[in-house]
Amino acid sequence: MKKTLQLLAGLWSVLWGVAIAETGSGTGVGWGALNMPAGVTPLSHDIHDLHMKILGICVVIGVVVYGILIYSLIHHRKSKGVEPAKFHENTKWEIAWTIFPFLILIWMAFPATQAMIKVYDTENSVMTIKVTGYQWKWRYEYLTDGLGKGIDFFSSLDAKSNEARQLGSKIDPTTVEHYLLNVDNPLVIPANKKIRVLLTAVDVLHAWWVPEFGWKKDAIPGFVTDGWINVEKPGIYRGQCAELCGRDHGFMPIVVVVKTEEDFKKWVDGQKAKQDAGKLDPGKMLTMDELMSKGKEVYASNCAACHGAEGEGMGAFPAIKGSKVATGPLSDHVKLVLNGKATMPAFKEQLNDVETAAVVTYQRNGFGNNKGDSIQPADIQALK
Amino acid sequence: MSATTHDETHAHGDAHEHHDHGPAKGFMRWVTTTNHKDIGTLYLITGLIMFFVGGAMALVIRAELFEPGLQYVDPHFFNQMTTLHALIMVFGAVMPAFAGLANWMIPMMIGAPDMALPRMNNWSFWLLPFSFVMLASTLFMDGGAAAAGWTLYPPLVLQTGNALPFTVFTVHMLGMSSIMAAINIIVTVFNMRAPGMTMMKLPLFVWTWVITAFLLIAVMPVFAGAVTMLLTDKFFGTSFFNAAGGGDPVLYQHLFWFFGHPEVYILILPSFGIISSIIPTFSRKPLFGYSSMVYATAAIGFLSFIVWAHHQYTVGMPIAGELYFTYATMLIAVPTGVKVFNWLATMWRGAMTFETPMLFAIAFVVLFTMGGFTGVMMSISPADLQYHDTYFIVAHFHYVLVPGAVFALFAATYYWLPKWTGHMYDERLGQLHFWLTTISVNICFFPQHFVGLAGMPRRIPDYAVQFAEFNALSSVGAFVFGFSQLIFAYVIYKAIKGGVKASSEVWEGAEAHGLEWHLPSPPPYHTWTEAPAQEIISDLH
Repeated sequence: MKKTLQLLAGLWSVLWGVAIAETGSGTGVGWGALNMPAGVTPLSHDIHDLHMKILGICVVIGVVVYGILIYSLIHHRKSKGVEPAKFHENTKWEIAWTIFPFLILIWMAFPATQAMIKVYDTENSVMTIKVTGYQWKWRYEYLTDGLGKGIDFFSSLDAKSNEARQLGSKIDPTTVEHYLLNVDNPLVIPANKKIRVLLTAVDVLHAWWVPEFGWKKDAIPGFVTDGWINVEKPGIYRGQCAELCGRDHGFMPIVVVVKTEEDFKKWVDGQKAKQDAGKLDPGKMLTMDELMSKGKEVYASNCAACHGAEGEGMGAFPAIKGSKVATGPLSDHVKLVLNGKATMPAFKEQLNDVETAAVVTYQRNGFGNNKGDSIQPADIQALK
Repeated sequence: MSATTHDETHAHGDAHEHHDHGPAKGFMRWVTTTNHKDIGTLYLITGLIMFFVGGAMALVIRAELFEPGLQYVDPHFFNQMTTLHALIMVFGAVMPAFAGLANWMIPMMIGAPDMALPRMNNWSFWLLPFSFVMLASTLFMDGGAAAAGWTLYPPLVLQTGNALPFTVFTVHMLGMSSIMAAINIIVTVFNMRAPGMTMMKLPLFVWTWVITAFLLIAVMPVFAGAVTMLLTDKFFGTSFFNAAGGGDPVLYQHLFWFFGHPEVYILILPSFGIISSIIPTFSRKPLFGYSSMVYATAAIGFLSFIVWAHHQYTVGMPIAGELYFTYATMLIAVPTGVKVFNWLATMWRGAMTFETPMLFAIAFVVLFTMGGFTGVMMSISPADLQYHDTYFIVAHFHYVLVPGAVFALFAATYYWLPKWTGHMYDERLGQLHFWLTTISVNICFFPQHFVGLAGMPRRIPDYAVQFAEFNALSSVGAFVFGFSQLIFAYVIYKAIKGGVKASSEVWEGAEAHGLEWHLPSPPPYHTWTEAPAQEIISDLH
């Protein structure tokens, strides 16, 4: 009995020893993933301080409570030949241990209230970004004049992580840089500016969370929630969706690149130029090969999660291989992709005309469907 | 296997009470029984079976999370596992096990011959096996089982395939069963106490169950209503939770947690009662602060109704709501603290021995308190903006539910098993079970605090590589924990089969702690057909 107790105590101190020794290394790799990051925004500092304060109070109370328990376990045992006492109440003590915790709670409530008031103070922001959750990607829209208004893009898991995370991919995740925490198009924001973040979703609940910014908030379809960030130093900050949103909930990371004001302006100009270049001449005719290869890409990042990499379908999600839609009338197929149906999202806003034409063509001719027809980007506009 | 027990019980019962009639023979005995002990046994065995079913699902989860990357299951199946693991552990393992203890012990503890409504008692049990078969069958349906988490949040849960209505009907049946069990307990305790057994003399286990029963009656209909609204949203064109039709998905969360928060106390209050029975016995002292224990339980029960939205700090409530729910939630620490201090004071200057029930009870006090600390941390709404939906939360609620509720059930089983079977359990195996379980449960859940704080969201089948080491450790703990429970099942089996005969008192000095220790071990099929003598009741403390 005594030996086992010692063994347990030993294990415990080893675990805590590791914990304390590694705390300094923050959120690095290995055993360093231990504590809430202090973060890079005023809110994250306040919340980290609050967390450490409450944790400290709990540790102190814990030491007292467990200390008394351990003393009692050692000294008040029958094998020591003690006679049990007979007392079964003590009003003074009972009042004391009701009042005392209450006072500690009041002491905790003050900083908690202050921090919460700060969290809710979204006034005087200089920039607004709208974040929309989709199954399973994020859309970022810049709403402020002069600070990127008009920029609008989707952000999904990067291709390397996506390849490695497939069941049976045989790719070692440790060889993938920022595995599951990397995206194709990160959100880019300027440092040292109070930015209001508006959150919503189109399909199910999501939650936008970058731990270094100090908070998360739910994105709710049909409603708008908000929060604010003011990042002190340029850098790259990573987070994830935090509200279960279906099959690929674990695979819709958030990456925020924080730039100096100057670099941000450059990025805005570059991004606008890129966005304009992306608007392809609607009159341009694409060859079947061009449509198929583009379609394959679009399919992999937008459709495969539900309909399967080989169009084989998955549970409630129907197969595309041999489906009535993909082998039926072309315009019905395009309309389904554009407008969605039941749990299938509308892709009207997610895909441009070229991408829509390509993916529809790919679905009709890939997976052994061999329908033989195709559609040009110019014809998509007519069906919108 | 339990038939043996009761055949012996029968013989024993005849020896003591000659005009007594024993149980019917064979399988139909268990189908038609209205005996509180038989029904208690059925509940307990169901709880144990479902504990292993839910545990197997947990091991699927922990196997997939052993290392980064997807190795074994599709993410959609993973989500079905997390959903069913929780539903089965809550409604299939812990709640039936507590109902089983209530059925076995409450009549024996209050000096009543049986439960007040024995036929309804039979029905409330027999709804369960059918519910769980139906729930399990959803795994094989088109689209798989519900995969939106045990909270069944819309709109995600509305993407469930054919399983949705069956999941909802399961909830309805489980709710009916719980409400009937709750009514039965309340009616029994209020009407069938032996003369002299006043309310303030009731064992704490009975008190905590009465308060639990009121919680059940109050909140199960709310849950049933909320899931019915899901059903009509999905199939009958309503828009309770659909913004496009004027509804609100967050409304569901308020309804769910108005049920869900009292529900977590439904899972823990009877544990408090069990621990309050065991610690005095093995400390050889009366329970410290009996009346403050009763008031604290009632206070926790009341507070449980007014704190629900602390599960929703991130939905964007008005700040007044955030602050109100923060303060109200923090208050729970006061009565819970009173309980912990009272247990410490009960042990203080006692003459403790450390048989398996006491070991589990002490581990409960230590580890439940740990869950209480993280609970206080999470009540602080700004900090919860970081903790919410991470593994920190997973660690917290597993600390209060596994070394909390489940340890209390282990403690109760070891404590009363000699009474039920008439045989002492194997103390050496019991201690082995205790140490393996206690060490592995901490290896499993303690590291989850770290990864949660460092940024690992819950309900994900795969994770970034910086979380790998602690997840591997956690999975090792989970597997050791899971397989250690086979020892528990074997100890029960062995005690039913035979062993050292238990006296009626079983534990030294236990007679002073409850009426059940004045009955033979095992007790006859019908007990307290005549009320216990006044002096027995007045000597209890």
